Amino acid sequence: MSGGAGSVLGSFFQIVLVGVLGPLLVGWVNWVRGVLSNRKPPSVIQPFRDLFKLFRKETIRPSGTSALFGLAPYVVFSAMVVASLLIPVVSTVSGGRAMGDAIVLVGLFALARVFMALAAMDTGTPFGGMGGRREMMVGFLAEPATILVLFTTYLLSHSTMTGVTSEVVREGSVLPTPSLVFGALAYFLILLGENSRIPIDNPATHLELTMIHEAMLLEYSGRNLALMEWGSSIKLLLYLLLGISFFLPWGMSGSPGWQGDLLALAALGGKLVVAGAALALFETLMAKLRIFRVPEFMTLAFLLAILGFLSHFILEV
Amino acid sequence: MNPTEYGPGPEPCFTPGSPTKFVVPCSRVTPDSSADYLSGVNRVLNRGGRLVSLWGSWADERAPVLFSAFSDAEGLLLFRLGISALERTFPSIAFLFPLANRLERAVRDLYGWDPEGLPDPRPWLDHGLWTRPPMVPPGVSPAERPVREDSFSEDYRFVRVEGEGVHEIPVGPVHAGIIEPGHFRFQVVGEKVLRMEERFGFTHKGVRSLFRNRPLGEAISLAGRISGDSTVAYQTAFSDAVESATGSVPPLRARWIRSILLERERIANHLGDLGALGNDAGFGFGQIQFGRLKEEFLRTNQQMFGHRYLMDAVIPGGVFRDLGPGEITVLRKECSRVKEGVLELKTIYDEHGGLQDRFSGTGWLDPMLAGRWGLGGVVGRASGQMYDLRHTHPVPPYDKVRVPVSISRRGDVAARVQVRFQEIRHSLSFLDSVLESMPDGSFFNPLEESFSGSEGIGWVEGWRGEVLCWVRLGTGLTVLDAHCHDPSWILWPALEQTIPGNLVADFPLINKSFNLSYSGHDL
Repeated sequence: MSGGAGSVLGSFFQIVLVGVLGPLLVGWVNWVRGVLSNRKPPSVIQPFRDLFKLFRKETIRPSGTSALFGLAPYVVFSAMVVASLLIPVVSTVSGGRAMGDAIVLVGLFALARVFMALAAMDTGTPFGGMGGRREMMVGFLAEPATILVLFTTYLLSHSTMTGVTSEVVREGSVLPTPSLVFGALAYFLILLGENSRIPIDNPATHLELTMIHEAMLLEYSGRNLALMEWGSSIKLLLYLLLGISFFLPWGMSGSPGWQGDLLALAALGGKLVVAGAALALFETLMAKLRIFRVPEFMTLAFLLAILGFLSHFILEV
Repeated sequence: MNPTEYGPGPEPCFTPGSPTKFVVPCSRVTPDSSADYLSGVNRVLNRGGRLVSLWGSWADERAPVLFSAFSDAEGLLLFRLGISALERTFPSIAFLFPLANRLERAVRDLYGWDPEGLPDPRPWLDHGLWTRPPMVPPGVSPAERPVREDSFSEDYRFVRVEGEGVHEIPVGPVHAGIIEPGHFRFQVVGEKVLRMEERFGFTHKGVRSLFRNRPLGEAISLAGRISGDSTVAYQTAFSDAVESATGSVPPLRARWIRSILLERERIANHLGDLGALGNDAGFGFGQIQFGRLKEEFLRTNQQMFGHRYLMDAVIPGGVFRDLGPGEITVLRKECSRVKEGVLELKTIYDEHGGLQDRFSGTGWLDPMLAGRWGLGGVVGRASGQMYDLRHTHPVPPYDKVRVPVSISRRGDVAARVQVRFQEIRHSLSFLDSVLESMPDGSFFNPLEESFSGSEGIGWVEGWRGEVLCWVRLGTGLTVLDAHCHDPSWILWPALEQTIPGNLVADFPLINKSFNLSYSGHDL
C-alpha cells in the first residue's frame, strides 16, 4: 500500500474497517460479559442495530443549547476517524504516516473529550455539568500517564510515529523488554479510564448520579447520539489497536502486499477477540470504584509508566 | 404500661369478641382537649414510646377526628382526638416527635386542618394543583377552609446551603432509569453532599378517597395495590384490621399460610435488593445471579398462588386458597435450594474487595438517631434497633416458631446488606419449620356482620418495616374510611440524615440500601 492512489485507497479501507470493527468490538465485549454472568447474551451485532435505530430516529435539540451542542457529535466522530489513520491497523507501513505522530493522536483524543465535556455543560443540566467535570478529571489524570507510556516506546524506536515504533518492536527481540511490560500494564489502566469502563465508570448504568460518560450523553438523541456512541466504540477500538501495535505487534504486516495484509488482518481479528474477552472478564470481576478512588487508580497507572520509563535506562541501555 | 396514664377512656381498639391473641395488643385513649393530647403524647415520649403513624378521618360530616398511633413494649397506643368542626386545628406534636412533621403536613394538605405550632409551613402532598383539600366531605363547604397562600405557591422552598463553591443538584422526579418518581435536592461542594432534601407526592393517587364507602371486596384489592412490593403485608394488615373490627376469627391454618406468604414476600424482595445493590456498585454479576433466584421464587408464587407478587392471596377471614401436601413438599424443597444459592452468593459478596469497599462506611445512619426516632424495619435493625414485630409482638405462628431479630450495629450500607442476608436465612428456616408443622383445619372463615362505626387496626412486620392499617366499617361490610401507613413515612427522613458527608455518586447505592416505597408514602 504505497504510492499516492494506493495510500488513499488504503486509508479509506482502514476507516471503513475501524468503523465496522468498533461497534463489533463493543458487541463482542457485551456478549462475553453476558456469557460470564450466566445469562443469555445480546447478539454481537446488537450495537449495529442500536446505531441503525438511532440514525432513523428524530434528533431533538434541547432548548437553550448553543451551536456547540449540535457540533460536538461531528467533532467527536471525525476526531476518532482521523485518529484511526494515525494508528497502524494491519500493516506497520500504513497510509497515514505523514499525517502525524502519537502526540497528535493524544491531542485528537483530548479535542474530542473537550468538545464532549463542553457540549455536556452547554445543556445546563446538573448531570451534564457533573459528567463533564468528572470526565475532565479522569482525563487530566490519565494524560500524563499516556504521554509517559508513549515516551517509553519512543525511547525504543527513537520515533514518535506509531508505525515506526511498532515496526521496531515487531522486528526486535521476541521477548518483551521490562519497560514494555510496565508500559503495557500502565496502558491497560489508562484504557479503562479513558474509555469509561468498569472500575472507573459503568457503561451499563441507569443511575444518573454515578455516571461519567453517559451523563454527558443524556440530552443527545437520534443521529447525534448515534455519532457519539459510534465515536465511543471507535475510541475503545483505537485504544486496543494502539496497545496492540505498541505491545503486541507480532503478526502485523511489515511490507506492502495483499497476502501479508490478509494474514495480518486474521491475526488482528484473533488479537481483538482475545483482548475483548480479557476486558470483559476484568469488568465482570470488578466492582466500580468510588469516585475519590479514581485518582489513586490513575496514580497507579502513572507510577507503572514511570517504572517502565526508568527501567529502560536502568536495564536496557 | 397502664393506658390510663396517657389519657381518659382507655379501651381496647378492637371490637369485643375479636381474636386478641391474633393481633398486636392495642389500647385507645380519647383525650378531651388539645392540652390532654399533648400531655399524653409527652408521656409516651418520656416512657420511650415511638411514633408509628398519624392520620385524619371524618367519623361523620360534623366530627373530624385525628388519630395518632404510638408503640411501646406493650403494643400499640392509639390517640383519638376529636377536632372542633369550627376551628379545624389540632396541636402539632412535631416538637416531641420530629417524624410527625410530614405526617401532619400531609393531614393539613388532605383535610385542610391546621397543625398548631408546626413551624414548617410548606405543603407536603399538595403540589399546588389542588383547589381544595381533597378529603373534605361533600357536605362541608370548602369555602370554610381558609386558603393558605404559601401552600399553593409552585416553588417548594428547599433549605439552601450558601457558601463558596456550594451548588445545588436537583434530581428527579423523572429519572434516567425506570424507577418511581421522587425529587431529591442536593447541596454539594464538588462531589461531597452537604445536605439532601426530599420532595414526594408525585405518585399521589387519592387512596384515602378511594377507600371511602367501598365494598370490602374492592377495598382489600385496593389495599394490596398501595405498594406493590408489599402487597402481602398490606393485605394482611388490612385483613387483621377488618377482622378485629368485626370480631371475626380467622382459622389458625390461615394465619400460618399468611405467615408463609409474608416471608415469601420478604425473601423475594431481599433477593432482588441484594442483586440491585451489587449492580449499583458496578457488580452486574450479582444482579443476574440474585435475579435468577428471585425469578424462580416468583414463578413458584405464580404456580401456587396465581400471582407472582402474591396479590390478593390474603383476604379478610383467611386466605384465598389452601396448600396441599404436595405443594408443601415443593415449597420445602425450594427453601433448601434457595438457601444453598444464597450462601454461595454471600461468600462471593463477602470476599469481593471492591464491593465491600463500596459498601462499608457508606451511608452511615447513626444508631443514636435511629434509637431516638424509634426506626424499625431493615434500616432500623441495621442501625442496632431491636424492632421486629415478629419477635417483639409475636402472633401465631410467630409465637410457636420464633424468628430471631436480624441486627447489626454498624449502620452503613454493608450493615443493611448483612441484615438482608440474615433475614433471608432466618425466613427460610422459619418457612421450613412452619411448612413442616402446619395445623389442620379450614383456610377461611366467613366474617361476622359489621355494625356501623366499628373500628379495627392491624399492624404487621412487612419486608420493609411495619405496615399499619386502620379501618372504620359501616353496615353490610362496607368500608367507611381506611388508612394504610407505609414504613417509608418514618424511614425517608432517616435517609435525609444519612446522606450528608457522602459522595453524590454514592447516593444511588445508599438509596437502594434503604429501598423505600414512593407509592406507599404518597398514597
